Amino acid sequence: MNYVWEFSAIERYQHLLVEGLANTLQLTVLAYMLGLPIGIALALGRLSRHRIVSVVVGFVIDFFRCTPSLVQLFWFFFALPRIIGVRLSPFEASLICLTILSSAFVAEIFRGGIASIERGQWEGARALGMGYRQMMIRIILPQAVKRMIPVFLERAIELLKTSTIAAAISYPDLLFQANEISHRTYRPLEVFTTVALIFLLVVTIGSQLTRMLERRLARSGESTAH
Amino acid sequence: MNDLLRYVPVFAEGLWGTVRIAVVCLCASLPLGLIIGMGRYSRSWYWAIPTRVYVEVFRNTPVLVLIMWFFFAFPTIAPFDVDAYTAATLALTLNSSAFFAEVFRAGIQSIGRGQWDAARALGMSYRWQMQRVILPQAIKRMIPAITNRWIELFKLTSLASVIAYQDLIHTAKLISSAYFNPVQTFTIAALIYFAMIYPMVRMLYFIEAKLKRGD
Amino acid sequence: MEDAINIVKLHKSFGPLEVLKGINLNVQRGETVVILGASGSGKSTLLRCINFLEIPTAGRIYLKGKLIGTPVNNEPDGGLLQYRDKELQAVRTSVGMVFQHFNLFPHMTALQNVMEGQVTVLKRSKAEAAERGRNLLAKVGLAEKADEYPARLSGGQQQRVAIARALAMDPDVMLFDEVTSALDPELVGEVLRVMRALRDDGMTMVIVTHELGFAYHVADRVIFLNQGEIYEAGPPSEVLGRPQREKTIQFLNGHNQFRLP
Repeated sequence: MNYVWEFSAIERYQHLLVEGLANTLQLTVLAYMLGLPIGIALALGRLSRHRIVSVVVGFVIDFFRCTPSLVQLFWFFFALPRIIGVRLSPFEASLICLTILSSAFVAEIFRGGIASIERGQWEGARALGMGYRQMMIRIILPQAVKRMIPVFLERAIELLKTSTIAAAISYPDLLFQANEISHRTYRPLEVFTTVALIFLLVVTIGSQLTRMLERRLARSGESTAH
Repeated sequence: MNDLLRYVPVFAEGLWGTVRIAVVCLCASLPLGLIIGMGRYSRSWYWAIPTRVYVEVFRNTPVLVLIMWFFFAFPTIAPFDVDAYTAATLALTLNSSAFFAEVFRAGIQSIGRGQWDAARALGMSYRWQMQRVILPQAIKRMIPAITNRWIELFKLTSLASVIAYQDLIHTAKLISSAYFNPVQTFTIAALIYFAMIYPMVRMLYFIEAKLKRGD
Repeated sequence: MEDAINIVKLHKSFGPLEVLKGINLNVQRGETVVILGASGSGKSTLLRCINFLEIPTAGRIYLKGKLIGTPVNNEPDGGLLQYRDKELQAVRTSVGMVFQHFNLFPHMTALQNVMEGQVTVLKRSKAEAAERGRNLLAKVGLAEKADEYPARLSGGQQQRVAIARALAMDPDVMLFDEVTSALDPELVGEVLRVMRALRDDGMTMVIVTHELGFAYHVADRVIFLNQGEIYEAGPPSEVLGRPQREKTIQFLNGHNQFRLP
């Protein structure tokens, strides 16, 4: 193997990489912010005491969970415009697809967070004569939200990774730009390695942050001794 | 509707492509993940550090980036031909083995010290402690996480279509552009995925509920 | 004056498993009743039925002479009862409960724990709740721990906070569900002392415990449960001192040499 690495070609296209990274982050952050309220609504729907609501919401979540994001993306980009008669830009289609994904994440985080609270907490509150709403707002959610925070970050990173599928419908994210530069420079090895490293860096920083946060929360954690 | 019947063999071929790559990657990444996971747990640095780097790199790089790297970049230095199938298989296997490694490590770690102590007190060697006492307990706890990763892997195989690997989605894309019927084809593709994955998810819920009761 | 609690033909099943098989029990005001029994005898379930953490399968429970639940179809006796959330919440306010594992709220300080029910359920003002809370913490000997989080308290201290939290609701009855079972032996005494002081204040108490010495000295009456039925009952000097029936004797023999004073 006597391949000569040649990174200088990429330097000329730095601005494209920066732009691509910015697009990636923009898409991810926006989708997560939109997914937050939708996800909470879904979680509440699933916890609802009306059986029909909870079953329907549960099925919708399951449906999206059971199909790959890429197929959803293609459906929104290629199929949906035929039905509604409006063309969607790659950005819009990607945003819809990733918002669905992130709201499913958020819904699951909420469900998991609430389920993680011990039965004794519900009983302690119930024994004081609290109603469901009071128990939820005063006792369960304050504890659950704290446990959810690291998971929120973790899922944001997951969303960032998944956002790369937007490149498949030519949204100019980091991965798409890599492809472009590689075509122009004929240096795929350098270009794709660089881009992989950028992603690796961003994601690693994110997941280290998550772990730090997790440890800090665990340390300050006031769990009842059992 | 008659139109759609024509595509059945084509979809079947695409489905076969999806199932094939998913199964191959699972079979490759489970044992690989076990080895890496044990390495992560090892006390000697020449096992622990490389395996840790492996996990971090292949878990944290987006799968699609890995796939593109293996398809576009890797061939320039690879001593062999890299087609779409090879590139996607390599990328997916490395990625999911890194995840499996973490599942195995966490599973082993979840077994209390008391079990190790008890096994050691019986005079068992490390290997026996692991094989007879720790792993049998740990694997039971890992089953939900492994099932979950398998479902993820199955969905991730769809990314191979981006480099024109002949899977379900790629097939849908071909049909859709040949016959200008994206609504039908992509809906069918989504439904086929759903029909494949939904039973797995139900099974996962079932296993989780069963393990919860058994604890 | 009516009794604090009347339990009539109380049944409770979990699926096919019948845990309580027709319990009849009256508890007078100011009385301290200790329930004993082997594990699985149904003693915790009986306690949890009194504040409806478990909904009885059949039977009637009266608190201060008032039937809890509304008869379905106006059947006068023994018919099914319907329980409304609001009514049960009111019952739980007037029946305090202390748990084996404390169940303190970990995100609140000791004082906040004691204030929580007063503020959210009884709608007392914060100032009033805080004052009452501090008094009660002082009463259980934890005045100086008011601003500590539960995680920083010992098991015995946590349990005393839990008692204060229940007392803050000014309950008519206090239920204690194996409240010393999760404690280290040296911490058991401080909790039992608080309970004893409560009895001396005239609190009505139903206590499930394994502390036979405590039962002997503090209980007005001891109930021995066996397989979901009241098997033997009476003053502690009789049930514990001169047990008449086989299972009671067996049970006490298992404990005697260690615990009886």
